[in-house]
Amino acid sequence: MTDNALRELYQEVILDHSRHPRHYGALDHASHKAEGYNPLCGDKVTVYLKLDADGRVGDIAFEGKGCAISQASASMMTDMLKGRTAEEAEKLMQGFLHLVKGEDASDLPEDDRERLEVMGGISEFPMRVKCATLAWHTYKNAVEEGAT
Amino acid sequence: MNAPSKIAASFDAEKARADFEILSRTVYGKPLVYLDSGASAQKPRIVLDTMRDFAQGEYANVHRGVHFLSAAATDRYEAARRTVQTFLNAAREDEIIFTKGGTEAINLVSYSYLAPLIQPGDEIVLTVMEHHSNIVPWHFLRERAGAVLKWVDVRDDGSLDIEALDAAITNKTKLVAVTHMSNVLGTVTPLKDIIARAHAKGVPVLADGCQGAVHEKVDVQALDVDFYVVTGHKLYGPTGIGALYAKRAHLKGMRPFNGGGEMIREVMKDRITYADAPARFEAGTPPIIETVGLATALDYLSGFDRAAVAAHEHDLLTYAREQLRQFNWLRVIGDAPGKGAIISFEADGMHAHDLATILDREGVAVRAGHHCAQVLMERFNVASTSRASFALYNTRADVDALVAGLSKARGILT
Repeated sequence: MTDNALRELYQEVILDHSRHPRHYGALDHASHKAEGYNPLCGDKVTVYLKLDADGRVGDIAFEGKGCAISQASASMMTDMLKGRTAEEAEKLMQGFLHLVKGEDASDLPEDDRERLEVMGGISEFPMRVKCATLAWHTYKNAVEEGAT
Repeated sequence: MNAPSKIAASFDAEKARADFEILSRTVYGKPLVYLDSGASAQKPRIVLDTMRDFAQGEYANVHRGVHFLSAAATDRYEAARRTVQTFLNAAREDEIIFTKGGTEAINLVSYSYLAPLIQPGDEIVLTVMEHHSNIVPWHFLRERAGAVLKWVDVRDDGSLDIEALDAAITNKTKLVAVTHMSNVLGTVTPLKDIIARAHAKGVPVLADGCQGAVHEKVDVQALDVDFYVVTGHKLYGPTGIGALYAKRAHLKGMRPFNGGGEMIREVMKDRITYADAPARFEAGTPPIIETVGLATALDYLSGFDRAAVAAHEHDLLTYAREQLRQFNWLRVIGDAPGKGAIISFEADGMHAHDLATILDREGVAVRAGHHCAQVLMERFNVASTSRASFALYNTRADVDALVAGLSKARGILT
């Protein structure tokens, strides 16, 4: 039981993202940028965005240091947000937040839910939910207050 | 592997374990292995029983009423002060101020003792291994009064360079604030030497004993320390209660801290006079039940041969250190000679929080993070570490569980 929960939390997809994060590094000419920090554990993440005129996520990258969960979540986020409209991105974020808290995430489009399902195991680890949401909250801050 | 230690013959950890009911519980179906006493220690039955008995049988507010219970409660409260006095071997009971904990005690010294003495450019000497509670109150004086913080580095093994500390003390230094034992590295500082050198330059010393007093017998008179800080919940007592030892000579000139009931002599519309220490620094109704609990915890701890307890903890540390050596992917941070029973480490490819989560599911409680010591994390260029801290109730079996958990984490995470 316990082991299953752990294996589900640290499944290969997550470990792979954390070891080989996608879109890692600073973004030249970012239009938006924000830093996220979890003072409890010292995890840090910076999210860079290039938003198109209509708000679409033209490009996205992140830098940071932290646990496997926070790094994998940031990596997956960049993968999934790239190319989305502002509205799609917002919907994806809300769905993700529901998912990791173990709440109803049925409003997520089918293929998004399938891709994010690997993060669902976190809902069994309430102390770690913040690790998974750090990058997403930082993305949101970048959009709302991070115009460079 | 699990042979009981020979040196700890006069201390029976298994027997002591039985005093702590919580240690017999399970978490996630596994026996609890509690290795986070450095954050807060578990409480023996006698502390909890005594607090409940006191609350049910003798409780009232202290120092106020003339009635029977108020007198009884006041007796217990003041007896607790004498217990702390004895525990630290202070010369006088009025040199013991009860506080909410270590943090409040240091803030009290910062506000009541040091702030009025600080001129812009005056220096406070501290080490990079201080807990935030022995850093932030001094930052306040930097921000508000122009004090300069002078940081003394530690060596790569975590030991303190006493010469570097000595050199940092100048004619502008107003206080040396130093931990007795690092909550991350386990380093025990040469307090007596530090104090002698500071005093030779006319500088007083505050020692943060929140960890140190748990693991060795403290004699504030022999140390000649100016301020010594302890907190109850790390000493097997309750939360919300701690104590400041301060030399009488300092207390006399110190301005009040919090204002309120209990700390005054006379209050009029246009003037006020204050009570003497310790009442001057104990405004408001104190945590009376917790104070009684603290005294009980100190009596409990003093009931053991402290040297034998220290030997037992040292045995656990040595054993853990040996066991961890088998992992070439693990780096212990802090190997100072004579260090206390705390092991911090980082592991290749495994973040402290992931490690702690997996250990947790094995029933093993460790701390992961910056341990309220970000300056030290920066010194060792780590964002966070995992920390196992040992108490009198830990055994070699606990170390074995830690080691097994680490192997398992390695299997899952890499």
